[in-house]
Amino acid sequence: MIGQSLVLASEVPFPPSVEDFYLPSIVPWNAHDSYWFTKITALLWVSVAAIIIFFLVSYRKPQLVPTKKQWLAESIYGFVRNNIAVDMLGKRGVNFAPYLTTLFVFILVMNFWAIVPLAQISPNSHIAFPAILAVISYVMFIYIGMKHHGGLKYFKHALIPPAPWFILPLLIPIEFFSTFLVRPFSLAVRLFANMFAGHMLLLVFTLGGFAMLNANIWFAPFSLVSWVMTIALTFLEFLVICLQAYVFTVLTASYVQGALADEH
Amino acid sequence: MITEVLTIAAEEGATEHNPIIPLWQEIVVGTIAFVILCAVLMKFVFPMMEKTFAARVDAIEGGIKRAETAQAEANQLLEQYKAQLAEARTEAARIRDEARADAEGIRQDILAKAREESDRIIGAGQEQLTTQRESIVRELRSEIGTLAVDLAGRIVGEALADEARSRGTVDRFINELGATGSAGGRR
Repeated sequence: MIGQSLVLASEVPFPPSVEDFYLPSIVPWNAHDSYWFTKITALLWVSVAAIIIFFLVSYRKPQLVPTKKQWLAESIYGFVRNNIAVDMLGKRGVNFAPYLTTLFVFILVMNFWAIVPLAQISPNSHIAFPAILAVISYVMFIYIGMKHHGGLKYFKHALIPPAPWFILPLLIPIEFFSTFLVRPFSLAVRLFANMFAGHMLLLVFTLGGFAMLNANIWFAPFSLVSWVMTIALTFLEFLVICLQAYVFTVLTASYVQGALADEH
Repeated sequence: MITEVLTIAAEEGATEHNPIIPLWQEIVVGTIAFVILCAVLMKFVFPMMEKTFAARVDAIEGGIKRAETAQAEANQLLEQYKAQLAEARTEAARIRDEARADAEGIRQDILAKAREESDRIIGAGQEQLTTQRESIVRELRSEIGTLAVDLAGRIVGEALADEARSRGTVDRFINELGATGSAGGRR
């Protein structure tokens, strides 16, 4: 009995592990050490292509009175432009709206693969992609701060809060740590960890259902509950997808806002 | 059991992965892809959207301005019409009053003229009556004289040769007659 269940369990690997995130590559087929063309990079290219095609097609001939597609494209841009960029950065936000919208749409679509049937893994569950975006945000807010305040004055402005001198030795390291060390990691890890955990959760409940069924046929009701949970978690995952895209964009805008701020 | 599964999995996947260490291949691919996306969207799509937004705002504001101008124009026209209407009304009232006064004047005029005419006609009639009466009286006198002379001549049977004498007699007679007649007539 135990031996039989072991055999079946090995057919459906349980519990899921980190290795489930690193599927064999597509080109070359089934290689484990090649990362240039995998499911992850394929989804990345599909995302980029889909976004570009969607926006170019829907905005090929812009009209004052928009068509449905044009309206959709405009509302995506208008949402980020008005509700994030202009809200947080004021009139200067209009200049940042294109990048912030690109960022938002990219993360959203990349995240979305987590719940698309057959794809069902988000490229953002590999830390490389959130890391790229975090580094861009990091470099961007420092560059903008230096440009706005004039070179190294920015660091003085950012690091030295208006506080009594005797507390500065404590405050400056904290400011440095929070502003220049933690920010890129927190950005990248937040997004990565959410997508990683989401995928892991779905794996646990899906594979767990199979594992229980394989272990004992009388566990079938529990398997059923497990799969229903998978569906429920897919909805939760949808929420997380949208929320994380929004959070990443808002935080980037907030860092830029901090860099442009004239007072503490 | 778990360890067994893990070893199987480890045998299948050649190398162990650490999820917190990014794969450099993915960083390269991801960077290229994201740069392409940024380039296309930020160069060809979103600036166009800003332009469309601006055009839309312009169109709406222009429309509002046009509507405001039209409204002002309409208001002005309305005021003008109202003023004209009031003017016309007072003018009409004035004309009516004038006409009424005119009519009254004309009526008075005509009345006066008619009265005058009737007076004149009455006067003329009276005058004519007097003249006629006088002429009739004169004619009657001579007639009566002649008739009386004739009658007297026939009665006497002789022609009165001396006319002048006879006329003097007749005249005297008539005057006496007239005096008594007129005295009696007046009475």
